[in-house]
Formats: sequence, structure tokens, C-alpha cells
Amino acid sequence: MTLLLRRVRPEQVRELTLVFILVAVVAFFATQIPNYLAWQTFTDISTGLAIIAVAAVGQTLVVLTRNIDLSIGSVVGLVAYFVGTLLAGTPGMPAPAAFGIAIAMGGALGAVNGVIVAFGRVPAVVATLGTLAIYRVALVELSGAKTVTTDSLPAWLLNLPRMSVVSLGQLDVRPLVLLALAVVIVFQLVLSYLPYGRRLFAIGSNPDAARVAGLPVERDVFVAFLLSGALAGLAGFLFLVRFGNITVVAGQGLELQVVAAVVVGGVNIFGGSGSIVGALAGATLINVLQQSLIRWPAVSAFAQDAILGLLILLAVASDKVILGRLRTIWVQARRRDEERAAATAAEQATHGA
Amino acid sequence: MARDIFRRLVRWEGLLLAILAVIVVVTGIAVPGYLNPQNQINLLELSIEKAIVVLAMTFVIVSGEIDLSIASVMGLSAVLVAWLKEQGVPVEVGIIAALLVGALCGLFNGYWVAVIGLPSLAVTLAGLIGYRGAALLLVGDRSIGGFPEWFNRLGQQPLLGPFPLALMVFAVLLVGATVLLQFSGFGRYAYVVGSSPEVARFSGVRVRRVKLAVFAMSGVVSAFAGVLLLARLGAVRGSTAEGFELDIITMVLLGGVSIFGGSGTMAGVILSILVVLNLRNGLALANATGNTQAGVIGALLILSVLVPNLVAAARSRLGRGGSAEAAVIPKLSDL
Repeated sequence: MTLLLRRVRPEQVRELTLVFILVAVVAFFATQIPNYLAWQTFTDISTGLAIIAVAAVGQTLVVLTRNIDLSIGSVVGLVAYFVGTLLAGTPGMPAPAAFGIAIAMGGALGAVNGVIVAFGRVPAVVATLGTLAIYRVALVELSGAKTVTTDSLPAWLLNLPRMSVVSLGQLDVRPLVLLALAVVIVFQLVLSYLPYGRRLFAIGSNPDAARVAGLPVERDVFVAFLLSGALAGLAGFLFLVRFGNITVVAGQGLELQVVAAVVVGGVNIFGGSGSIVGALAGATLINVLQQSLIRWPAVSAFAQDAILGLLILLAVASDKVILGRLRTIWVQARRRDEERAAATAAEQATHGA
Repeated sequence: MARDIFRRLVRWEGLLLAILAVIVVVTGIAVPGYLNPQNQINLLELSIEKAIVVLAMTFVIVSGEIDLSIASVMGLSAVLVAWLKEQGVPVEVGIIAALLVGALCGLFNGYWVAVIGLPSLAVTLAGLIGYRGAALLLVGDRSIGGFPEWFNRLGQQPLLGPFPLALMVFAVLLVGATVLLQFSGFGRYAYVVGSSPEVARFSGVRVRRVKLAVFAMSGVVSAFAGVLLLARLGAVRGSTAEGFELDIITMVLLGGVSIFGGSGTMAGVILSILVVLNLRNGLALANATGNTQAGVIGALLILSVLVPNLVAAARSRLGRGGSAEAAVIPKLSDL
């Protein structure tokens, strides 16, 4: 056990724990709900997950820098509505154009947040709480309380969620899911290997030290917000594709779900640690629970939120308590190893002399 | 040092006062009867529950934490009174139970934050979802009404002269909160804990106890506000008070309380409550929807921090302004 602990860093245990919890949850519901372990369940959960997962990737980037983006719900709603109206107005618009507009528009909204936070030095909570309301107003003004309806949208868009890229028997892998997966993988690689990704960790661990070390803190934070907005724009596009009907309240409250996913996924709310894969695991766990509790006859559907709240708390608490202990063990083991190595080296030196 | 603080206060509260004056004068001219005391009482009454929770939230934010679960506690307490009434428990007893549950919710949040050391944003986000879930568990998707006559009257009719009960409660709590924050030892502790928990601990302040107390207070006050809301509305649903937390936090922050804790005054918060309520009322009279009102307030929130920062940056770039000025401005930017 200690050998294992020495090899694996505590932060990696975190994601493994989440996977174990996920497996346990699925196993539990499999005994409770008939036909739970069907591919249909996977299809349902993964489709719903795609939107949250994409937004959670962007949120992770921002939270890593010790900031937060609360405007996501309004960005998703605004982009979904805007692109929906655009498509309804010009049915001939090619799919990639609609896709690109969604991302660009989200990016622009995110850039506004980024400018206010990074260059205007307004605390992120204050700035994005403000834009959360402002973007929602933009949506209300834009729409004049009208709704984008499914029948006004082009056929390719409506068929997209039901299409299967890979179909194995009853297992349908939707394009939305593949897209979300691609986003997760790309950004995990960015975080792990690109200088920009590493700088986000440095900034979040200690912004002052990062500045003193000469890192472009303002620019990097700005880009994090920009990316968060662009990914929220993408999530807005997925929202439009999945639901078709877009009202003025579209995406409302989504920011809380996304923050919850990120927190459960082990991304430190004070910045500096976490991973995209963790955020995905957090989003998955929340989604699996939500979808399964609805189908679980033993518990009223209204218990969902109560259980979810408790789960988020447990996830955060276990991070602090269990991982804190693991970290201590890990550090001690490391120190013992180093001392032993030093002692051996000293012994060899005396023997040599 | 004292002069700097004084100047900062004058700046912030002065700014709010100027904004308030502009709003009141403009609406007062545009809408006849706007400055009528009855209209002012009405506009205050419609948001009085939020204003009450703002008082408690000020303590939470001054001590460097945040409580996102307030609106859910409001909803839960209102639902609890209604649910207990359905089970045959008198409303009086139900109210006491609701206040107790509110205190427990606050202490529960406080335990994880103060004793275990978890970030309050995460804990109270869980509370926001969980307490709302508990409320839904009690009533499902039903709406419960039919409260006793005296209860509805307390919430809906003036009690003394033109003043309804909630308004008088607010006035009393306002005085109490001001004394507690600005003139009591506990208030000093809240500021110290907010500006630096480490320093507070080494100075012998019982940081845990202060934080626990602040969260418990937030819970009780939210529960109480929930009961008042129930009395005013006369009926409750699982979603009652949903989303109030954003409005409440906005009012506190607009009052000049730093989100990082340790600074801000009750005077600023009161002015901010008046600014927000008058702005909403004025906008409503100008036929703006609730969403537009929220947007304008959101913009005001951002600008209130952004503009002083930009002014400071521009000044330091131009190299103007004495050293005393330079010492004051960066502190403003910390808000």
C-alpha cells in the first residue's frame, strides 16, 4: 500500500476515487432499477452530459486561475437563442457557419468578462455576477419574449441529436457526445503539456509569485475567460441542438450545475489544482445520479436535489479530509526515501575514503 | 491611516449617495407621487425580505466567506411552516421550528467551513441545492396556502400607522446589525477574521467561533425572512425565493463590502439597498421588466468597481496625484 502511495501522487488518487464512486453508484442502481444496465441508459446519460461537460471544461480553466465564471448560464441561453433565430431566419445557412458563430459569439461574451476581470481588476465573482444579469437582459431584449420553436429550425439540426456516429446494437454514440469528448481530451492535453496550461496552474497557486516570475498573468487570465465563453457558446449550440425550443429562461441556473461539477471533480475552488478529466468525472457523477434518481422508484423524484446537495458536500469534504491525510503520508514517505538515499550516499562516501 | 480610511468611506458612500440622489430626483420629476411616503413604503415592502437577509449577509462577506444557500433556507423555512400546518401543527409552533431549522442549516454550513475548513463557496453551493431539495421533498410540486387570518394580516396589512410588520422588523434589525458590526467587539472580530484569519488567530480571536456565529446568524435571519415572505405572499411553493441569493449578494457588494472580506460598512450597505430598490422601482415605473432591472443593477455593480479602478490606473499612468492619493486608490481597487 505504501509502495503504491509513493508511486501515485495524491492528486491522481482523487480522480481514481471519483471513478470508483461512479462505478459503485452505477452498480447500486443496477440492483435497484430493472433494465438499468442497458445501452439506452448510456445513450440518455451521455447526451445530457455533453452540454454540462463542455461548459465545465471552460469553467475548469477559469477556476484554475483562482477566478470563477458565473455568467455561463446566460451565455449558453443567449447563444442558443441567437443562433436559433439566425437559423430560423436563414434556413440555408451551412452547419459549420452556425457552429462557428456560436463559438465566436460565446468567445466575445467571454472576452468581455476577461477584460473586466483581468484588465479592469474587478473580482471575478462581482464581474460575472453582473454579466450573468446583463447577458440575460440581452436575451430578453433580443427575443421580445418570443420563443425559438423546433419547427422553425432546419432539418439537419433537428436530426443531429438523433444521429449515431457509431451504432453497436442498441449503443448509439451521438455526435454531441463525441464532440464533448474531443473537447475534454484536447483541453486536458493543453493543460498537461502546453506552456499556457502549465501557467494557469502557476497563476492559480500564487498569482503574485506568477507575476513576479514574469508570467503574463493578465493575458492568461483573459484568455481563460475567453475560452470559457467560447466553450459556453459551444455548449449553447449543443443546447439548441438538443432541445430545439429556446425560451428566455434557457440555460438559467446552468452555472450552478457547472460549478458543482467542477467542485465535485476535485478542481480546487481557490485555484492551482485540478484537471479537466476530473471535471468530466464530476459532471458524469452528477448526471448519472440525476438521471438514475428519476428512475428509482424507492425515492421520490423530489429527493433528487437533497441527495445531490449532500453528495457535493461529501465530495468536497472527502477531498479535504482523505486527500489531506494521503498527502501527509506521501510527503513522509518521500522524505524517508530521501533520507535513506542520503544516508546510503554518505556511507558510500566514507567507505570510499 | 485614519484619514485614508475616512477618505475612502467618503468616496464610496458619497458615490452611492450621489447615485441615489440622481435616481430619486430623476424618478421624482418623471413620476408624480413617487416621493410620496406611501410609495416609498410600498417599494421597500416588496423587497423587504431580501433587505433583511442583506444585513446578515454583510456579516458573512465581511468575515471573508460567502453564503449561497440563503435563498434556499428562506424557501425551506417557508415550506416547513406550511407543511407543519398541514400536519396539524399550529403556525406559531411552525415558525419556531422554522427558525430552529434555519439555525441548524446555518450551523451545518458553518461546521464544514469553520471546523473542517472547506471553502464556503462549495459548501453553501451544496446547501443551495440541498436545502432547496429538502423543501421540494416536503411539498413536491404543490402550493400550500390557507393560513390563519392573523398570520396573513401581519404580512399583508400595515400594523402601526402605514408601516407593515416586516418594515418595522427591518428597522429594528438594521439598528441591531449596525451596532453589532460597527460598535461591538463581535463586529471588530468579523473584520479581523475577514482581513486575515491568520492574524486573527494569532491575536487570540476565536476564528472558528466567529465564523460559526456568522453562519448561524445568516441561517436564522434567512429563515425569519422566509417566514415573513410566506406571510406576505399567503402561499408557498417549493420554488419560493429561488434565485434571491444573487440579488442579495449584489446589494451587499454594491454597498462597498469587499468580496475578499475585511472591509465595508453598514452605512454603505443601507445606501446600496436604497439605491437598488429605488432603481428597480423607477425602472418598473418606466415599464422595464424584472430582467432589465436586474441587468441595470448588474451593470451598476461592475461599474462601481471598474470605474474607480480605471481612474486610479489612469492617474498612476499620468503620474499625477500626490502620494497620499496613490495610497488611497489601490485600496479602492481591492474592493
